[in-house]
Amino acid sequence: MKPNKSVGIIGYGAYVPKYRIQNTEIARVWGNDPNLVPIREKSVPGADEDSVTIAIEIARNAIIRAGINPSDLRAVWVGSESKPYAVKPTSTIVAEAIAATPFVNAADWEFACKAGSETIQACIAFVGSGMAKYALGIGVDTAQGAPSDALEYTAAAGGAGYIIGSAKESLAIIEASISYVTDTPDFWRRQHEHYPKHGNRFTGEPSYFKHVLSSSKALMEELGTKPEDYNYAIFHQPNRKFPLEVAKILGFPKEKILDGLVSPYIGNTYAGSALLGLAAVLDKAKEGDKIFCTSYGSGAGSDSFSLEVTDKLAERKGKAPSVKSYIERREEIDYAKYARYRKKIRA
Amino acid sequence: MNVPRHWREQIRRYRLVGSKCTDCGRLSFPNRAVCPKCNSRNNENYQYAGRGKIISFTNINSPPKEHKYNLPYAVALIELMEGPVITAQITDARAEELEIGMEVEMVTRKIMEYNDDGIICYGYKFRPIVEYAHP
Repeated sequence: MKPNKSVGIIGYGAYVPKYRIQNTEIARVWGNDPNLVPIREKSVPGADEDSVTIAIEIARNAIIRAGINPSDLRAVWVGSESKPYAVKPTSTIVAEAIAATPFVNAADWEFACKAGSETIQACIAFVGSGMAKYALGIGVDTAQGAPSDALEYTAAAGGAGYIIGSAKESLAIIEASISYVTDTPDFWRRQHEHYPKHGNRFTGEPSYFKHVLSSSKALMEELGTKPEDYNYAIFHQPNRKFPLEVAKILGFPKEKILDGLVSPYIGNTYAGSALLGLAAVLDKAKEGDKIFCTSYGSGAGSDSFSLEVTDKLAERKGKAPSVKSYIERREEIDYAKYARYRKKIRA
Repeated sequence: MNVPRHWREQIRRYRLVGSKCTDCGRLSFPNRAVCPKCNSRNNENYQYAGRGKIISFTNINSPPKEHKYNLPYAVALIELMEGPVITAQITDARAEELEIGMEVEMVTRKIMEYNDDGIICYGYKFRPIVEYAHP
């Protein structure tokens, strides 16, 4: 899928809360084998952080890099499965905080972990059709993992956002994007439930792998590109293992994956996951680099993107904190404090 | 729960918007209808950059019940780079990590929430500046 008018990323922003809990600490509390944990540690939002505050940090970083007036944004779209309000948009609070109101389209998007990447696709269409000069799409989560559940080891907080504008203003041109979606019950959360349920092993082969592979292959086929044509690739990161496996199947060597693989250090930021990986790659990439990115959301589906970096990235990337800076800004907490911050225990 | 009051305050709280006297140029935070320097009623909204330095701070041990969720936290007097001094909560750092003269930046955070069914109030807090270098 290509828009009529060529578009790209003119600014991007990332954010990860500073608190971390080690996987071995979670294993200690639940009596699990500390040698079998999926990642090293995950990010935990502070007591005064939620998807709204994280999205605001992301949006401000993206605006600084883009160097635009926020009132020129025609859309502020936030994709998340951890909305502070069940009814009342996250996006209006974000739009108000960054001074993008009132002539702006604001909406919250939902599709488990691919809620963020679909806002980017919509931004491409909004700008590509000429309806908007600039549009901001954000993927953010403060993911919920039930105590002792396998997902508690990885459900993390953070995200990234992208301002889409015309190709000539872009730091990376988006060549094309595609979606691959089916009704797959691998992970869900019912109304009024605090924690999601999942289909255990069912989350792998018929879910993550099928959709990520199908979407990625379809986009490369449509564009006539091969893994060798790309310098970097990012795949949704529910853990460390899945994105490395999917890359291997597609033929991307490990060294093209590692720069965008942030889940071992901060966990799975759900709607922020692939987008944070992309931001980490942009922090490193240079003019002419080609980037491939595929998200995955349970339910289920994948969005793939093919990008090429322009000369404008070099001057803009240093204007806001890199993903690496946020990963390195860390304070370790124990399970008790984690339980309090995540409202698993309450005063 | 006073919803209209929070709504009236939200732009200055979310964005750190104060006022500037269009006659004498005096900057204020929070915003003023009448300039405290020249008594002019010609004041317009003024967007602060959100940077400043700590001129004093204290640790809060006995907060109002709405802020108990966030203990321990510090409250600081911050001199904004544009001049005005404001009082604000410090986040992402405990009192023992702070020092007078430390540079801080504004962030929008959750201030308090009215139970599980009320509104969530967001507003400015300050934190030590996130240092960054690019790979």
